[in-house]
Amino acid sequence: MSAALLIDVLLWGSVLGVGLIAFRRGPPVFKASLREGSMDFINIVPRIALGVIGSGYIAAIIPQEVITGWLGPDSGWLGVATAVVAGAATPGGPVIGFSIGTVALKSGGGVPQVVAYVVAWALFAFQRVILWEIPFMPARFVWFRCAVSVPFPFVAAAIAMVIGKP
Amino acid sequence: MSELPPKAPAPAEDAESEPRPGRVRKPIGWSTIIIAALVAVSAALVWRRDGTDGVLDILTHDLSLFGGILPRVLAGCLLGAFISEILPHEKVSRSLGPKSGLMGLLIGTAFGAILPGGPFTAYPVASALLAVGADFGATIAMVVSWTLIGYGRAVAWEIPIMGTDFTLWRIVISLPLPVLAGALGRFVYVRLYTKPLAKDDES
Repeated sequence: MSAALLIDVLLWGSVLGVGLIAFRRGPPVFKASLREGSMDFINIVPRIALGVIGSGYIAAIIPQEVITGWLGPDSGWLGVATAVVAGAATPGGPVIGFSIGTVALKSGGGVPQVVAYVVAWALFAFQRVILWEIPFMPARFVWFRCAVSVPFPFVAAAIAMVIGKP
Repeated sequence: MSELPPKAPAPAEDAESEPRPGRVRKPIGWSTIIIAALVAVSAALVWRRDGTDGVLDILTHDLSLFGGILPRVLAGCLLGAFISEILPHEKVSRSLGPKSGLMGLLIGTAFGAILPGGPFTAYPVASALLAVGADFGATIAMVVSWTLIGYGRAVAWEIPIMGTDFTLWRIVISLPLPVLAGALGRFVYVRLYTKPLAKDDES
């Protein structure tokens, strides 16, 4: 709760800060960006609605147990690859993603595999991509960003293998 | 809920205002259609498994989530709009543009790491950066840095759930990744999208 409040305070504080800078550039600049931001908001709301309401249904047909099963204690690069797919396919928000990572660690999952899972989740979790990235960014950028990011969970796992456990 | 903006957004008096280059949005693209189809199929599967009650349960839960998210989305949009208005465009394209080199990727990484808020800030701001002259490489560095080494999610979720040791260790491992992702993005982008120019040079 307090974390959410802190986020809101920081967020609206930043908005006020940059808004003030814009205002000092002159009211027309301020008004233009206020209008621009509001129009963006109005344009984005239907897509956010589709994302929020839709990803609930998509999440409901991918049960968590399936993901946990993929993160079994099998090690090696096949395990890393499975972890990457599992990270991308994990439904729900950060609580679910990190909880699955913790469960995997406790039930004997390899550390590089869990790192790959957490990094892949951060980079590709489908729900965040659908809900946030695609509505706000040009679609071409999103696909490009995802494609370019594919090697990096593997790089993270390799670094984890080299430098060892926390 | 007490953190609502002191001033309501200006009512859009006139949608006919001059469109700014690079910020034109198609209302419905292929991505939206694919997602809508995916959602329809998933909702149908939920209905077959759990009946109408199951569908309505998810709907009410997600609608309340949606209501809670909306003010933050507004804040993110305003932040993006103000930032794209107050950042000097030539300066952005010099320090984050295609020719900004390693420095541009490092600036993008630092920016992503310190950006406050969640996805409702990161993506509007990233989109604003693209619009004022940042290239794909620097923007990728920023987005990847926000998601991998940004403090917001780490403090709010990862440390409480996964523990401080794992989180810090994971962040240390992730430190080089945004710059590498940005560099790879730039490398691929140049080869994918500037081919025709190179051919012209040869002939």
